[in-house]
Amino acid sequence: MSFVIVQVIVGGLLLGAVYALFSSGLTLVWGMMNVVNFAHGDFVMLGMYVAYLVYSLLGAGPLIGAPLAMLVLATLGVVVYFSLIRDIMKGPMLAQILGTFGLALLLRYSVFWWFGANFLTLPENVVGGTLDLFGIRIQAARLLAGIVALVVTLGLHLLLTRTSLGSKMLAVAEDSTAAQLMGIRPDSMQAVAWAIAAGATGLAGALIATFFYIVPTVGETLAIVAFVTVSLGGFGSVPGALVAGLLIGVIESLSGYLIGAIYQDIVVYSLFLGFLWFRPQGLMGKS
Amino acid sequence: MRRLAWLSVALALVIAYPLLFSTPFQQRLGALVLLYAIAASAWNIVGGYAGQVSVGHVVFFGCGAYAAMGAYAHFALSPMVGIPAGILFSVVIAAVVGVPTLRLSGHYFSMATIAVAELARLIVTNTDYLGAAVGLSGPTVPRNVFDLSFISALPYYYLFLAILIITLGITWWMTNSRIGFYLRAIKDSERAARSLGAPASRTKLYAYMLSAGLTSVAGALYAMMFGFVDPESGLGILISVKMLIMAALGGAGLLFGPLVGAAILVPLEEISNSVLGGKGAGLTFVVYGAIIVLIARFQPGGILELINRLLAKLRKTERTAAQGAPHAP
Repeated sequence: MSFVIVQVIVGGLLLGAVYALFSSGLTLVWGMMNVVNFAHGDFVMLGMYVAYLVYSLLGAGPLIGAPLAMLVLATLGVVVYFSLIRDIMKGPMLAQILGTFGLALLLRYSVFWWFGANFLTLPENVVGGTLDLFGIRIQAARLLAGIVALVVTLGLHLLLTRTSLGSKMLAVAEDSTAAQLMGIRPDSMQAVAWAIAAGATGLAGALIATFFYIVPTVGETLAIVAFVTVSLGGFGSVPGALVAGLLIGVIESLSGYLIGAIYQDIVVYSLFLGFLWFRPQGLMGKS
Repeated sequence: MRRLAWLSVALALVIAYPLLFSTPFQQRLGALVLLYAIAASAWNIVGGYAGQVSVGHVVFFGCGAYAAMGAYAHFALSPMVGIPAGILFSVVIAAVVGVPTLRLSGHYFSMATIAVAELARLIVTNTDYLGAAVGLSGPTVPRNVFDLSFISALPYYYLFLAILIITLGITWWMTNSRIGFYLRAIKDSERAARSLGAPASRTKLYAYMLSAGLTSVAGALYAMMFGFVDPESGLGILISVKMLIMAALGGAGLLFGPLVGAAILVPLEEISNSVLGGKGAGLTFVVYGAIIVLIARFQPGGILELINRLLAKLRKTERTAAQGAPHAP
């Protein structure tokens, strides 16, 4: 019994690391430009389909699929920034919400139209089978996804806090006019942020595609997961997103195991509302 | 006065439409346009006039739909009895959900409303009393006229038209009342409105409750026309999205904006569904998405605003021409 609980918790942590990875993209864009990307979950969904295409066309696993998905989505992020976000950022609130919401529908139903509504999966052996670590059985795919996601999220945090690129992005987030006077182009920095944010979702999508069901509407659920993670971790904070992502992974797995899989989303959504209503600054934010 | 004349002409055309275009498909299309116009107009009160972009209005739509079908399924009453019950439920839900949610601003409000809607859908899907995943059905064969179950779309058309007129009348009355002025002030700047003494929280809550009640009527009418409701057709997030898009396409915060939006998008959806068949379902929403993106990018005020602007420009050039002012070199 206790072994099963430990196994559920470890599974939750590994999934939570992937949640943290794509949520840190959302929190980055949000913190930097005060734009909420309602299409964020659908970016993850696109990453999953890129991994699926790589497998079905080339027969290759996540070793090729994951970097490729990251690249494709990062490119998409830059295109979306220059063609849409840059303009709607200056517009009214309704335009911002409509713009990214419309993008979400456009992406979701383009995939729906092309691939159909069927649930697709990658074969279970695409990353090797199941490992046995000290009596805990873990799917190799989940282990790989969790570890890669954890490393990349930490790397992203280092990139934002320890490099000159990170400092420039921070400067733009603080005051874009002042940054411009210091010779930093806000436009390029914001485009870089979109590339990083979307690239993170692509990688995350390709990673969870190895053990998750792939369906066009999966983005809707994942977007809400990302919103919960970001609201829990504090808007704009990558370490916050990491802690919150891990926590939500565990809560989701435990509630799925203890009270039933159909209630797992209900628990997560209720948690989200509870946080928005009672503690909108997040777990680690200052009140 | 001239405005009144135009309105009478438009109303006469709307009344005559199902008689001029009398195939079942055209009449059904007309009824659907009016139905969605009711829902989008109800959304417009909170999303357009108050500037609080709710993406969870389907909760109230579902309230009405489930109340109407529940009245029949559980108590063998006419679905009409469900309308006041649905209004009551949704106003109560709006009050309970609205108090904490309306404190959130901008994106946060929108995200919270999405979560409320998805939560409601998940709970209803797991509630046997509400038919769980299968949903509830209305009367298969109408017992009497009060079941409002007709084969032809014509009675629905005039019923929906009457309700749409009432909805727009309430909206018009609201915009010219004290609440309307408060709402406009809040939309421009909530902080400024508050500092001038406008009761922002209370006004937003009233608008939200009014909008919720009207949305539930639209939900009840929808369920009556289709004769059933299930979690997808009564509580799916796409219904919220449709209300939002129709209002925004026509012009959010304008009285006739939602009607114009519905008159463009509903035929688009119905025709593409009937032309493309099952394949069309996905493509319709691709087009929807593209339209929203383009509207947000190029014309956030909606089509009516664009027309108003062009008309104003036209009048200005007319005036300058009449005055004999020289054209710009």
